[in-house]
Amino acid sequence: MKIAVCLKRVPDTESRFTIAPDRVSVDTAGLKFDMSDFDGYALELALRLNEQQGGGPGEIVVLSLGPEGTQETLRKALSMGADRGIHLACEVVPFDGLAIAEALAAELGAGGQNYDLILMGRNATDTGNATVGPMTAAILGWPCVTAVSWLELKEGKGTAHRELEGFTETVEFRLPALLTIDEGIARPRLPSLKGIMAAKKKPVDSRPAALGEPRVTVQAMELPPERTGGRIVGEGPEAVPELARLLRDEAKVL
Amino acid sequence: MSFEGVDFYRLDGLLSEEERAVRDTVRAWVDEHLMPVIGDCYIEGRFPKELIPGLAQLGVLGANLPEEYGCAGLNNVAYGLIMQELERGDSGIRSFASVQGALVMYPIHAFGSDEQKKHWLPRLAGGLEVGCFGLTEPDYGSNPAGMITTARETKDGWVLNGTKMWITNGSQATVAVIWAKTGAPDDVASIRGFIVPTSTRGYAAKDQKGKLSLRASDTSEIHLEDVRLPKDAILPKTGGIKSPLSCLTQARYGIAWGAIGAAMACYDEAVRYAKDRVMFGKPIGATQIQQVRLAEMLTEITKAQCLVLQLGRLKDAGSMTPQQVSLAKRNNVNMACECAREARRLLGANGILVEYHSMRHLANLESVYTYEGTHDMHSLILGEQITGLAAF
Amino acid sequence: MNCLAVAELRNGALRKVSFEVVTAARRAANAAGGGEVHALLIGGPGIGGRATELGRYGADVVAVVEHPALERYNPEVFAATAAAYLRAHPFRCGFFPASAQGRDLAPRVAGALRLGLAADVVDFEVSADVLLARHPVYIGKAMATLRLAGSPALVSLRPGAIGPVEAPAAMRVERTEPALDPGAARVAVTDLAERAAAKLDLGEAPIIVSGGRGLKAAANFRLVEELAAAFGNAAVGATRAVTDDGWRPATDQIGQTGRLVSPQLYVAVGISGAIQHLAGMRTSKVIVAINRDKDAPIMKLADYAIVGDLFEIVPRLTEEIRKVRAGQ
Repeated sequence: MKIAVCLKRVPDTESRFTIAPDRVSVDTAGLKFDMSDFDGYALELALRLNEQQGGGPGEIVVLSLGPEGTQETLRKALSMGADRGIHLACEVVPFDGLAIAEALAAELGAGGQNYDLILMGRNATDTGNATVGPMTAAILGWPCVTAVSWLELKEGKGTAHRELEGFTETVEFRLPALLTIDEGIARPRLPSLKGIMAAKKKPVDSRPAALGEPRVTVQAMELPPERTGGRIVGEGPEAVPELARLLRDEAKVL
Repeated sequence: MSFEGVDFYRLDGLLSEEERAVRDTVRAWVDEHLMPVIGDCYIEGRFPKELIPGLAQLGVLGANLPEEYGCAGLNNVAYGLIMQELERGDSGIRSFASVQGALVMYPIHAFGSDEQKKHWLPRLAGGLEVGCFGLTEPDYGSNPAGMITTARETKDGWVLNGTKMWITNGSQATVAVIWAKTGAPDDVASIRGFIVPTSTRGYAAKDQKGKLSLRASDTSEIHLEDVRLPKDAILPKTGGIKSPLSCLTQARYGIAWGAIGAAMACYDEAVRYAKDRVMFGKPIGATQIQQVRLAEMLTEITKAQCLVLQLGRLKDAGSMTPQQVSLAKRNNVNMACECAREARRLLGANGILVEYHSMRHLANLESVYTYEGTHDMHSLILGEQITGLAAF
Repeated sequence: MNCLAVAELRNGALRKVSFEVVTAARRAANAAGGGEVHALLIGGPGIGGRATELGRYGADVVAVVEHPALERYNPEVFAATAAAYLRAHPFRCGFFPASAQGRDLAPRVAGALRLGLAADVVDFEVSADVLLARHPVYIGKAMATLRLAGSPALVSLRPGAIGPVEAPAAMRVERTEPALDPGAARVAVTDLAERAAAKLDLGEAPIIVSGGRGLKAAANFRLVEELAAAFGNAAVGATRAVTDDGWRPATDQIGQTGRLVSPQLYVAVGISGAIQHLAGMRTSKVIVAINRDKDAPIMKLADYAIVGDLFEIVPRLTEEIRKVRAGQ
């Protein structure tokens, strides 16, 4: 199969973030970047799909949009086993998923490429938007299934599971299709050291990203208030209803 | 939060993308596979040999040897970074990789015949064979040239006799590189290396018991009693004590890097603990004594990083000298011992528990301090280099 | 100007988030100088009967699309129908639930119409020409204020972020047709199965309920398990003291030598908070502690703590959580 996997280079979510002087972004100085977690699952899935095919004709093309450093993420994907990379160069990755989707669709939809599948992560861990996949599919006019947690492909058709709140949805679709991949579907492998060396020899084409006009922009970026801790809600079982209320209304974790 | 490493001087900027990728990959492997088991292995006194296939698949074994032998073909800086990351986990695991790569694969590559290289290197790189290195003897540690193990040539091969001690991987090895004198007991030039499958009759290894250091590493004593080997067991290009010493230079190079890993692990642990641990109503990290400890650690780690990076560049350029390696091994292992000790102290009583890492590193590093050339011997090597006068 | 809310059903019933999007649309319409709230309700035959419920939260018009093939979600038909409805009416804003289904649907619609979408929004402000939306980024470690200019501005709203507010309207129903023949859809939902309460991994569970020595005996972990079951999406963890004593398997241990976790919610039951334990869970988003000792270290870290006898408090909390969940 010919599979395109779209990857995003994002700051490690374990980082401690600070706000940049522009007040609309986080300060990236000193942050570690890597491929977004969900994209790693998408890539691993692609690698396994082609390995399961047992040496038949297949190609995994990895795409990423962003500044120069993005190529490092592409090379990581190549060191894990992807065949070639496409770097869609832009100085800053727009926040708006539609602007990104337009650039991806322009690349992926260009004639003569014949992808069987386009995969991406369910969402990027930086913006948390989860919009680029379905938007790209909408622009391309491709069938799309989002947040796929299980997948089976057979004779040009696919069956996928999606995890909803408390339910599992089974979805059937036709290939070619664009799928966004949920966490846990296939744990990403570590690149081998030989793979890292081999990746140096694999091609990465760089061209300007044909970004769309952003409709959504970031007006302000802030850090959440520091954890204060030590708040005693009350004593004994009488305090329970108040705790439940706080969890629901204030902490919003229920 | 996973381990992040120390890079106060932005030395990452001096590494190539591949070098960083290698480091990050091994770091992730250590987090995923070694860290969850190392505490138990240490307590049980067990080398985690179930990790060998994973290490081999990753490409860690003999990673700086050429691809044609199934190795990764990395440069020496990348190799050093691998050692650093492994030792961040545990010195025992780094020792395993050092022995397999620098003390077994390296001599076969440097001194072996084409047949030997083609047969052994891919199997060692793939973890199908485990190697050990037999140089040190019970009475000849710092003075290996005094060895009494002999290799007597017969009409159809060689017969080895002797005892080797402090042999890492000794009991689990399937193949040993044994050094022996082929001439008179005082004929240092007659020292040659031999490839000895450990299944050969007369070869026996037994674990050295009672270790309070390197407990997750296999350390053995090897007895060679009329071990008969074919003619082609000899490493043809070996000649004299220089040959095994050149292997030690390779291994010591890796140790100089490895020690930084152990030191970083202790520093990382100490910093986290200092911020989290509250005593007298404030984190202990807010006290002057702990800040001085941490500042010392950071300073020494940073200096050590500068040392090995330049050392690696020299090695890659082919101009590194054994004395430069001595300086780095001597400094960095000593530095790591100090960091481990200070970290363990900063952690108070918790510092002695296996669930923290500093005490384990500290105990390990006490071995590293005296193995592969003791700290003191490296002082004397430098002394000889400085004055032209050998004091040993 | 008018605003649109796209309602969501599960097995024929409106989900609570449907009322929240209607509430949001009501708020937006009021802020944009007044206007009608339209709710789009797509489902199987008879679904129109649910329209009055939407009217109670402020829907003036409920556009009902009933079709035998739309009892289950159909991404392409739903998207085409919502897009057609947005095209046909001049809306200031369109609100979707940022539920699993809504996060699938909203970007399809936005992509088809080439409209801006602020996804997974927790709060917003609307003026005549600008919509500002608050959206957590970097897995909640920062908060972005997003700006969408022009109409219609599309928003998907995180469930629970704004509660439903009743605002009864003189609701009228308008019937309309699916904008795409369900038979022509290339993607079809063929099954919807309620998940068995599978054992969640500690690393993945959004909620962790953990027990310590304060539980006094292995058998008392039942209380912890029942509380976890009440949450529905919780895993059970333990302290080292507990796993060392064999009350729980070693794999349940959270802490320095066990698992390092950062769930959305961490409930520490009878855990004093030894530093080794705190090292494994201190990055949790919200920490709740139930402990007898108000000076225990865990109480200093907890966002919400209850002091007292856990054997009285935990069963009560289990009951309370069941009630809250039943109401959702």
